[in-house]
Amino acid sequence: MRPLTFPRGIHPRDHKEATNAKLIEDGPLPDVIILPLQQSAGACCLPAVDSGDKVLVGQKIGDSEALIAAPIHSPVSGTVKAIEPRPHHTGLKLSSVVIESDGQQKHVECKGLSANPSPDEIRRKVRDAGIVGLGGAAFPTQVKLDPPKGQEIVSLIINGCECEPYLTGDHRIMVEEPEQILDGMLLLMKAVEAENGYIGIETNKPDAIEAMIAVTEKYPDIEVIALEEKYPQGSEKQLIEAILDVQVAPNMLPCSVGALVQNVATSIAVSKACRDGLPLVERVITVSGNGIATPKNLRVAVGTRVSDVIDFCGGTRDQVVKLILGGPMMGTTLVGREAPVVKGTSAILALTNDEIAKVDVHPCIKCGKCVEVCPMLLLPYRFGAMVEFGVFDELEDNHIFNCIECGSCAFICPSQLPLVQYIKLGKYSLAQSREKSRSA
Amino acid sequence: MTEEKLKISPAPHIATTETVENIMYSVIYSLIPAGIVAGYFFGLRAIALIITCILTSIATEYVFQKVRAKPISVFDGSAILTGFLFALTLSPRLPFYMAMIGAVVAIGIGKQVFGGLGHNIFNPALVGRAFLVAAFPVAMGSWYQPLTRFGVLTDASTGATPLALMKFEFETTAISSMFFGQISGALGETSAAALLAGAAYLFYKGYIEWRIPFGLVGTVAGVSGIMWLIDPGRYPDPVFSVFAGGLILGAFFMATDYVTSPITPVGKLIFGIGGGLLVVVIRLWGGMQEGVMYGILLMNALTPIINRYTRPTTFGVKQ
Ligand code: SF4
Ligand code: SF4
Repeated sequence: MRPLTFPRGIHPRDHKEATNAKLIEDGPLPDVIILPLQQSAGACCLPAVDSGDKVLVGQKIGDSEALIAAPIHSPVSGTVKAIEPRPHHTGLKLSSVVIESDGQQKHVECKGLSANPSPDEIRRKVRDAGIVGLGGAAFPTQVKLDPPKGQEIVSLIINGCECEPYLTGDHRIMVEEPEQILDGMLLLMKAVEAENGYIGIETNKPDAIEAMIAVTEKYPDIEVIALEEKYPQGSEKQLIEAILDVQVAPNMLPCSVGALVQNVATSIAVSKACRDGLPLVERVITVSGNGIATPKNLRVAVGTRVSDVIDFCGGTRDQVVKLILGGPMMGTTLVGREAPVVKGTSAILALTNDEIAKVDVHPCIKCGKCVEVCPMLLLPYRFGAMVEFGVFDELEDNHIFNCIECGSCAFICPSQLPLVQYIKLGKYSLAQSREKSRSA
Repeated sequence: MTEEKLKISPAPHIATTETVENIMYSVIYSLIPAGIVAGYFFGLRAIALIITCILTSIATEYVFQKVRAKPISVFDGSAILTGFLFALTLSPRLPFYMAMIGAVVAIGIGKQVFGGLGHNIFNPALVGRAFLVAAFPVAMGSWYQPLTRFGVLTDASTGATPLALMKFEFETTAISSMFFGQISGALGETSAAALLAGAAYLFYKGYIEWRIPFGLVGTVAGVSGIMWLIDPGRYPDPVFSVFAGGLILGAFFMATDYVTSPITPVGKLIFGIGGGLLVVVIRLWGGMQEGVMYGILLMNALTPIINRYTRPTTFGVKQ
């Protein structure tokens, strides 16, 4: 069968060859762990420990009463050194729990669920384990498992696209731990009482497709879907469009079309939580780019500093121009190596000059390429002009809030206009003016 | 740890290597076959005319940017391209000073007064030509028989273009002559083969898109074909209509100008078909023998409106 896909999108060079055949290794066991209290979309956690407290692996160190929030746990045993602002990948200093490891890795007592848990039990476990979407958005998973009344989830889609260049963590997980992905998937399907399960994988990962087909063969309601290699294939709305052939309306969630999308790594986290009672304290990341001496796929403790991870990979070589947390299309540039890996971190990339975009900005020549590639059917060049000339009221009419900030338009623009920056600025200004009119 | 000099910037961090310069220069290269054929049939003077137009365009762009204290970008390729395209619309023996005036108008009025690259409404090369047609109608309407090899066009005899022959004397010209360029006409209008070779290269590079050129050519062929079927004695056949005059040059190189044509796919089709209708109407029933220039200029004027009304429906909204 021809691989499925969504219309439009781009084909950046995938750069995955440096790590896509490398086994996942256990990362460093750092002396110091830094856990920002904000690690998911939604509310910031409050610390559940005090400076000087002893903690164990898996112990909860932060939580929040808010509806959209996920608790945070310690990946090491040791002592809480401080609760203070520390460097974060956003460039800000964010309140973080700093833990000094004692190197013993003593665990709290973990208990899994019964062999046949109820949907409610699964949802509660997912929350207690602090599971968030590991694809990058870090949205608390249990919220997605609890759709609004009247909306039923029919299809669960496990996202194994990994469409960002360089990234291979999800690829390796699928090759190395397909049974556990399947187990998590079955638990998730149960939690939302879904009828069908799909696993979407891009065709540039034939071994992953094979591995997932092998473990799911006996399940008639689960199907592995080969998807065209294209960015942003792994975006939720695009994935749903490719597999289910429906479009999610603006400002609506996937559950409005009966779909739930979860990343492959999230699926494993769900399995570990439900079977062994393990909270989310580690994740697989890709460390790559020409600036990394030995690129690797690593299983690292959440809270490990970027510097510790890079040192573990032999340090940097050549002149690193950009250090990026996440993929090259949507990741954030770092100001230094002090920031920690958080739950939503998929990669650490050290890119050299010949790998990154050269910025040579020209006026928009109306070539239409941004329009051709925009997966959300927007007119990106218009946002640039509107923001530049300050005509913010037209932005909404042009559906700026439907933009998923995938960066396809900026990638393809021959004038190298910072279109995503314009769009973010436009969204921000619009939100501000709405706020103002509400308070007036 | 030593302080690292890391670059901080918003995503995305990678980009295509395609630049504005790549695109502009590719279009320039794609016109070179047409330039060479012009030299072959109309002599070295034709080449000199092309070079004059290009240099004048660059100089005009430079002066405007200097005066307006804008960054100097005369070698981004867009001025060279405008000069080249403009030259290809001229009669081979047009006096040099007229060509220079036209090039100044093309860049100055056609482009820079609107704010430079990306901001103009009309195709600059056609603005230059339209100005000359109004200012020097006789010189702009004098055409010459081509030579058959490189030479100096001094004793060349005047000759009517195929469209003029058709319109005023009901005489058709052999298609093969029109295809290879052995006809009288503007420098770049004569050889469809050279132009199509250039266009093929641009398609291959993905720099032009089928909707506008094929919309235009298809409409001209279709409508004039219908007229020909109705009255073959009075109207030219569709193949003639396609290869005569500036249609190929206009459809593939002028109407496809990014800045002055619609961005949306549907808009491009409307632009092409609308332009094609205008060309046929002007050619068959208008006072002029050729309608490509005005057809495109009129569609340029409609482009903002076409863009507005053909905006794609955003993702997730039912039509
Ligand atoms: S406008 Fe938004 S959704 Fe469309 S390509 Fe650009 S970043 Fe992606
Ligand atoms: S890709 Fe860039 S130059 Fe082309 S229309 Fe879009 S914003 Fe303008």
